[in-house]
Amino acid sequence: MENNGLNKVDLIFEKIDAKQVLSKAFKMSNADIIQNMLDSGLKGRGGAGFPTGLKWKYTAAEKSAEKYIVCNADEGEPGTFKDREILDRVSVKVHGGMAIAGKAIGAKTGIVYLRGEYRYLLPKLMIELDAFHRMIHEIGFDFNIQYRMGSGAYICGEESALFESIEGKRGEPRNKPPYPTVSGVFEKPTSINNVETLVTAMMIIFHGSKNFTQYGTKDSRGSKVFSVSGDTPTPGIFELELGMTVQQFVNEFGDGDTKAVQVGGASGFCVPRKKFAETIIGFEGVPTGGSMKLFNSSRSMYNVLHNYLDFFAEESCGQCTPCRVGCQQLLKGVEKVKKGESKSTYLSELVKLADTMKIAAKCGLGQSVGNAFKSIVSNFKEEIIY
Amino acid sequence: MINLTINDQKVAVEPGTTVLAAAKKLKINIPTLCNHDDLCVAGNCRVCVVEQKGARTLIASCATPVSDGMEINTNTLKVRNARKHIVELLLTEHRSDCTKCYKNQNCELQSLANEFAFGDTIFLDLVEDHKYNIDRSSPSFIKDDSKCIRCQRCVRTCSELQQVSAIAVANKGAHQKISSFHEKPMSHVVCTNCGQCVNRCPTGALVEKTYIDQVWDAIYDPERHVVVQTAPAVRVALGEDLGYDPGQRVTGKMVNALKQLGFNSVLDTDFTADLTIMEEGTELLVRLKKALVEGDQAISLPMFTSCSPGWIKFIEHKYPEYLSNLSSCKSPQQMFGALAKTFYAKKRNLDPSKIVSVSIMPCTAKKFEADRPEMRASGYKDVDFVLTTRELAVMIKQAGIDFRNLEEAHYDSIMGDSTGAAVIFGATGGVMEAALRTAYEIVTGREVPFGNLNITPARGMEGVKEATIKIEGCLDAWKFLEGVELKVAVAHGLVNANKIMKMVKSGTAPYHFIEVMGCPGGCIGGGGQPIPTNMEIRKSRMKAIYAEDEHMVLRKSHDNPEVAAIYKEFLDQPNSHKSHELLHTHYVERESY
Repeated sequence: MENNGLNKVDLIFEKIDAKQVLSKAFKMSNADIIQNMLDSGLKGRGGAGFPTGLKWKYTAAEKSAEKYIVCNADEGEPGTFKDREILDRVSVKVHGGMAIAGKAIGAKTGIVYLRGEYRYLLPKLMIELDAFHRMIHEIGFDFNIQYRMGSGAYICGEESALFESIEGKRGEPRNKPPYPTVSGVFEKPTSINNVETLVTAMMIIFHGSKNFTQYGTKDSRGSKVFSVSGDTPTPGIFELELGMTVQQFVNEFGDGDTKAVQVGGASGFCVPRKKFAETIIGFEGVPTGGSMKLFNSSRSMYNVLHNYLDFFAEESCGQCTPCRVGCQQLLKGVEKVKKGESKSTYLSELVKLADTMKIAAKCGLGQSVGNAFKSIVSNFKEEIIY
Repeated sequence: MINLTINDQKVAVEPGTTVLAAAKKLKINIPTLCNHDDLCVAGNCRVCVVEQKGARTLIASCATPVSDGMEINTNTLKVRNARKHIVELLLTEHRSDCTKCYKNQNCELQSLANEFAFGDTIFLDLVEDHKYNIDRSSPSFIKDDSKCIRCQRCVRTCSELQQVSAIAVANKGAHQKISSFHEKPMSHVVCTNCGQCVNRCPTGALVEKTYIDQVWDAIYDPERHVVVQTAPAVRVALGEDLGYDPGQRVTGKMVNALKQLGFNSVLDTDFTADLTIMEEGTELLVRLKKALVEGDQAISLPMFTSCSPGWIKFIEHKYPEYLSNLSSCKSPQQMFGALAKTFYAKKRNLDPSKIVSVSIMPCTAKKFEADRPEMRASGYKDVDFVLTTRELAVMIKQAGIDFRNLEEAHYDSIMGDSTGAAVIFGATGGVMEAALRTAYEIVTGREVPFGNLNITPARGMEGVKEATIKIEGCLDAWKFLEGVELKVAVAHGLVNANKIMKMVKSGTAPYHFIEVMGCPGGCIGGGGQPIPTNMEIRKSRMKAIYAEDEHMVLRKSHDNPEVAAIYKEFLDQPNSHKSHELLHTHYVERESY
């Protein structure tokens, strides 16, 4: 299916005999499962891109009677809606990935942390989960999955804030170390994986790691589900082989007037037209959890930036200074510049602040506010000032 | 041991040590703000960030454990710039009316600002963006959110040290704040007014409600006779606010200073502490007799002490079904207040309506206690104004007194005499020890069987302490106690109070008598004591308290001649009708949220 140099793949939603794949996994040794993940080069699909095999290996190495697999289904990054689709269409593969991961690391319990806004999926998911439990218990898995609901806080997608939330506490990121593989939910070794990662893991068991590595590039193996939105004639969910450039992507999805693409949502990077050709979507270029938002020339990049900063000022947990106060300063700062109440050179002070936030904030949220800010301010300075 | 280098200096520390502590070992100072020795690590202010070689970001030194081969730099340009940014950011959400602030020159944010953020800040003021609320509802403290920098020390104090959780973090992002249940005023939630949060707040967001001006007004009013009482724990801590190291006893200088401030009579809460022992000790013996001899099922045991107003409000909120276990004795402060406007007035031939009764307390909850409607036994407000140790230090400074060079002075009479048993009320276990010194002797006619009267099992910083004393060789009147093993327990800090109450509730507390103090370490660690506090400082104060006890000629409450005299002249005998009228009280059930 060659199209504009894009290779559409059908791995995530591919129909498979789940019982057969899980039976195969059940017969594999734990070390074998983990080795498959390591060989596949699979990196986390939530956006941060930590090698899944390593995560499982570290968690498996921890000595603890109790361990957990947590599926991060909090999908809160603006412009991402792939996990909803995956859970709606192929929940058996999400649950299956959890069971395989559980076996590999020695966890008997899996917890799906589901975004609050996806509650409407729950009745259907519960029915499917019952069937899933019956199936894996027939195979011989000693594994059970439960669902916990989020309540709408963006920060609860951050892994340690998510654990706090599951434990019934205020969703605030923890200090690291210790990392989740050592002390995660309920202070037990935990492997926390994105919805899509778990499905991909199951598909790697199905197809074999060698087949998986045929897709993608050295740093970004395999394919990925993208949530395409914004100024595009074809919004929606698309699974594409990794390694394309933004130009290739825009050629496929743009409306002919694309001036920028926000890759990776509010916490991601804004790629301007002049950098489309040189920028690869993936861990060697701009990484993404799947959010791809296209902007055409009718859009004010000031409004885009303001919208993101407003979002962060609201969704910061408020715990650490750089993020809580920094977001407010960036927001107020660009407003002042736009109104002409601050000099345009004030933007460079704000860029310095964004740099501080990147290195001094406690968690990934605060650290990544600067991504969108700096990439928009540096590429669309005139739109911010005038 | 873990080996690492900090600023190119090698250091070896135990596993689990933080980078901050390792740096301290090398005498490298890393500024901190949300960090507090008494509290769990938060890692949220980020002032203590340092650079770790190879790390993608800076790391919070307070929250990061050391690892082998770590290379840390605490003073790179990157670190300095980040710290400056962070302090500037904090200042934009803090109402910096420093010269008018009660915490001026005693503010950790101000110190950091001096160090890092001098000059014009480039950032925009955020204070006006928020509709901040100043909560003055508590008689003990003021909560001013416009000065709050969200370090959450108060929240951690309230939940960890006290297990009260009257305050918690609410909302997120720009709207995050420290709030109470349903944003009710502090006077209407489970807050015990203990002031531990006040003691740990790095800024002026939480301060005691001060009554200094009212006290000055009274002093300068020629119509008024102003009496002042000083709590046991004040004398071993006041010095810290006046330039002394922790653990210095400044009793005589303090008394002299109070006289110079113009108080008409400088008296001692220790006198009523001795009286408390007589009343409470008798109450315990009566309860034991009724329970053990008469088999009275209505008698509530174990009996709890009732000196600590933070503890009282805690039990009223959380365990109201055990209010009858509380000794009905008022605290020494309130016994003193009731007597000041009755016995003292009579003896000194004063019109009680013209007496202003002031107390100097290590405590913020005492301000609340003095305001309780039950505390008007004299027909007037028994204690008019309660000042903390810190407020007294402010008054001494305001009066320009050269404290260090003051002569030592003695308390006035009457109600100025005391014993060593009274002074140890200031430390956890002290009330228990004082009670045992007296009760044991009443029952057996002999001194407690501990060397030099020092009941060591009741002493020290352990959260819950227990002791058993076998009562043998009883006097005739107390034969029913012969052979009884008197079991006692001591808890300090409300987290430990909670622990012991859970035992009582589950029937696993085998005790007859339990002393509870609301603050860690007892009154020496009170919320009204000098700032800062930590375990080392509290231990120094505790050591000073026991030194003060050893230093006293009389060390048993029943030996206090003024106590004997007041019973003879005024109260008749412990637990008499008159005593009950003036020195005992009752408690009220409060809501549990």
